[in-house]
Amino acid sequence: MLRHVHVFVQLKDGVLDIQGKAVANSLVSLGHDSLGSVKVGKYIQLWIEADSAAGARKEAEKMCDDLLVNPIIEQYSIEVEGE
Amino acid sequence: MDFSKYGIRKEEFAAAEAALGREPNECELRILGVMWSEHCSYKSTKHLLKHFPTRGPKVVLGPGENAGIVDLGDGLGAAFKAESHNHPSAVAPYQGAATGVGGIIRDILALGARPVASMDGLFFGDPEHPRTGHLSAGIVKGVGDYGNAVGVPTVGGKTVYDPCYNENPLLNAFCIGLVELDKIVSSQTARPGQLVVLLGSKTGRDGIAGAAFASVELSEDAKESRPSIQIGDPFAEKMLIEACLELKEKNLIVSMQDMGAAGITSSSSEVAAKSGVGMKLHFDRVPLRAADMEPWEIALSESQERMLLIVAPEHMEEVSSVARKWELDCAVIGETEEGDDYSIFFHGEKVASLPATLIGDGCPPIHWPSEKPADFETRWDFDLDGLPAPGDWNAAMLSLLGNPSMTPKRWIFEQYDSMVQLNTVSGPGHPVSVLRIKGRESLIGLVFDADPWKCCLDPFRGGAETVARTVRALSVAGAEPLGLTDCLNFPSPEVPGQYWALEECIEGMAAACGALGCPVVSGNVSLYNETKSGAILPTPVVGTVGLIPSPEDFLPCGAWEEGDLLFLVGPCNPSLAGSLYIRSLGRPEAGRPLEFSGEAEKDFSERALRTARKKAAHSGRALAGGGLAAALAKDSAESGCGARIALGIPTRKDVVLFGEGGARALYSVPMSRVPLFKAIWSGYPCLELGRAGGDVLSVGGAFSLAVSRIQEIWRNN
Amino acid sequence: MKTAVVIFPGSNCDQDVIHAVRDTVGCEVNAVWHREEQLPEGTGLVILPGGFSYGDYLRSGAMAARSPIMGAVKEHAGQGGLVLGICNGFQILTESSLLPGVLLPNKTLSFICRPCFLSVENTDTPFTGLFEKGQVVQFPIAHGDGLFFLPADELNDLENRGGAVFRYVSPGGVGGDEWNPNGSVNSIAGIVNPQGNILGLMPHPERASEAILGGEDGRLFWRSVASFLEKGGRRHGLL
Repeated sequence: MLRHVHVFVQLKDGVLDIQGKAVANSLVSLGHDSLGSVKVGKYIQLWIEADSAAGARKEAEKMCDDLLVNPIIEQYSIEVEGE
Repeated sequence: MDFSKYGIRKEEFAAAEAALGREPNECELRILGVMWSEHCSYKSTKHLLKHFPTRGPKVVLGPGENAGIVDLGDGLGAAFKAESHNHPSAVAPYQGAATGVGGIIRDILALGARPVASMDGLFFGDPEHPRTGHLSAGIVKGVGDYGNAVGVPTVGGKTVYDPCYNENPLLNAFCIGLVELDKIVSSQTARPGQLVVLLGSKTGRDGIAGAAFASVELSEDAKESRPSIQIGDPFAEKMLIEACLELKEKNLIVSMQDMGAAGITSSSSEVAAKSGVGMKLHFDRVPLRAADMEPWEIALSESQERMLLIVAPEHMEEVSSVARKWELDCAVIGETEEGDDYSIFFHGEKVASLPATLIGDGCPPIHWPSEKPADFETRWDFDLDGLPAPGDWNAAMLSLLGNPSMTPKRWIFEQYDSMVQLNTVSGPGHPVSVLRIKGRESLIGLVFDADPWKCCLDPFRGGAETVARTVRALSVAGAEPLGLTDCLNFPSPEVPGQYWALEECIEGMAAACGALGCPVVSGNVSLYNETKSGAILPTPVVGTVGLIPSPEDFLPCGAWEEGDLLFLVGPCNPSLAGSLYIRSLGRPEAGRPLEFSGEAEKDFSERALRTARKKAAHSGRALAGGGLAAALAKDSAESGCGARIALGIPTRKDVVLFGEGGARALYSVPMSRVPLFKAIWSGYPCLELGRAGGDVLSVGGAFSLAVSRIQEIWRNN
Repeated sequence: MKTAVVIFPGSNCDQDVIHAVRDTVGCEVNAVWHREEQLPEGTGLVILPGGFSYGDYLRSGAMAARSPIMGAVKEHAGQGGLVLGICNGFQILTESSLLPGVLLPNKTLSFICRPCFLSVENTDTPFTGLFEKGQVVQFPIAHGDGLFFLPADELNDLENRGGAVFRYVSPGGVGGDEWNPNGSVNSIAGIVNPQGNILGLMPHPERASEAILGGEDGRLFWRSVASFLEKGGRRHGLL
């Protein structure tokens, strides 16, 4: 069955997040004094044919390694529905 | 039947009923509601546009087609057009601008031409207005992201700031492409027994009834209109360009049409009407992106990056294989037949049936009442004697140069790839953009210009001035004008004074086109540019194309050399009416722009071309916004060279320096060429201004500025 | 010199590169579609051109790096063949791990198109043999993701081995933040691999190969490669 997988891609700590910085500056200038910091990442949804949630996770990890994530600068986490 | 909820007027319903011999059904009404909207049918302006001269020895294809085509010589043509995308850009600036660029590119592509350059006309509100920053940033990014990805360089444009555009930004997109004259793809060549094919992206609910949206004023809940906004995919468009050109090269298509406003319906009915064939379309065969779309939604969807093709049955397989290579959807959605019936079927059931010619051409024209406002001529009252000359000339100059409508738009044009395709000889930031043509000596000159303030003060003279400015700039650069395209951006035609202004502008433009032998080959009209807070100034925008015989015949500007003599050619009685100077003083619009003189313009144009061709100058710049002062400052900054100017004439210095209008130019002439230059301009007003040199630009009795100071503001190099 | 220019869906500088190479060197240039699995026989130089392959979607160059043709490109590189990546091509080379590092969004977060001055720091490569060390040339840039990034220790290695071939500088050849348009680390505009046969750079030499377009410094680039290949294409350290 098709399983719904959520992939969250973030820049690794230590990699300069210029988008995050720019967004933070904009928010602060709009008056959000409570803001500490911002990290901007990517959210990718996959619907994967798999017998189990664990199987879907494994397939998603392979997809991340194959294309979705650049390991030099990015890290990822996966949530599978029904896990 | 409540036809008004589909945007149809009483007269239009009656016309449709009469043509069909019955009441139109809901699907047909929805189709007519969009196809007979102002944006699609030009019902308020079609009869006015007939006043434009549209023929000429260099015109290969005139208005009424996807774009106009002019002859570049030796079997090559240039297809070009400008189009507006104003209302979408006001609501969703990024996507509105991006899809505006995408749409005009497809118009050029539909003729079988490879798009080679774009220009953009950007009209933003007061820089201090809260929305302007967001709108301008979004629009510029939209133009850049789309044009850059699709690989068409943006080589020039026009950017204007004025409070009248606060809530009504304008985005006019111009595109030019090259096509061999014997390979132009026509919309008139479809024959019965051929296939109607949809190539490109899947069809969704984007922009449904977007054309109708463009035909009404923007309301307060414009944000609710978001579902009407189209989303652009430049990657898909690049694939579409390559696929269509490959299909054309292989002679696999009979006809091609871009899917713009009202998507499938407008493109297919237009081919049917122009070719004189009937059509049967099966909407269940259209590749869809959204579920459960109704036939009228499919008919009117404005999903982007789709082209309509007419294909002979024996070529269909090869067409499909080309589509597959470029990873584009390709589906046969109908067939052509004898007669002029245009019918839409959905799962076997006929849901609409209209004569093809009725859809495109059947809308009754509207002759709105036209009335010159009673107090109109009071705006010509201008007390020049009551205007003091600048107390601090240097401050006045710097303020003029720092005006948002004057400053170089580096922040804009550096976001545009202006060099891809390796043809850009002179790019953004210069009055004339110049493209070389690979394998040929000749080059193309492009100018995009507008002057809403003169049009506000005197629509006839303003319209003429707008056309004339483009021809002057091209002539000074050494480019013989071949033809032009226009974008008429106006407020509601339902206000008699505004309709009168539209009529007058068109008349003025037509007069200039006629006098200068520069016909209109294509164009676009955008009406209803107004909100509760106000209407835009009359804003006709003109894009003119010229031909330079060889690189040596191109005369650049900003190329002064030490020791050159500077000349001002042209009458010394410019007008401060509608000038940048008057506006920068914060004074209200007043005065009357100069009268248009076809004779003087033609004379100027011929002498300017001769000056360039005979290399009688180092540098030449036609005067435009900011008058002589701006021209001196720009040339000085770009050359890195100062000058000592003495204006030995009795006219007030501020009028001479800041006045605008009329055929005038600033030339920088090496001593050895002065006799030749004077001979070319003998019999035409010609004033020696002074000598180029040093690092200060000074005008006796007026300003004196270090060149480096001017360069700080005018960082063009 | 036999050149292959790979065309990916969305490449838009491929015809420009083909034109510049033919115009400068007059050699055979073949266009190779990304779905092909082999390069033309005898190819000496493979060029991955600029543009927006796959619309720059997901990450610039990410999907193109996984195209069928890249297998043949990697094999060609592995045998010491020359590979050049320009702009999007450079991004594809880093995504393919044929070159180290990554190209991030410009520090301005906007696309930048402008002429740039570069100093040629390493003239011991097949691509720069005809330049003078320290020569300042002008190639235009046109990119949104041109910030070259390498973690500190790898960056040191790269610099120590002379891997930085082109650097953004002032017209006089001096470095500095104000001359670095996109914020690349150490103002690096182009790099070469340790073997010296794979070069990636963000600026466009093909746009500086004709005087009428504003400059001819790019011609030395193509002629350097032609000269290298004519001399047998052998390098110390390569097969």
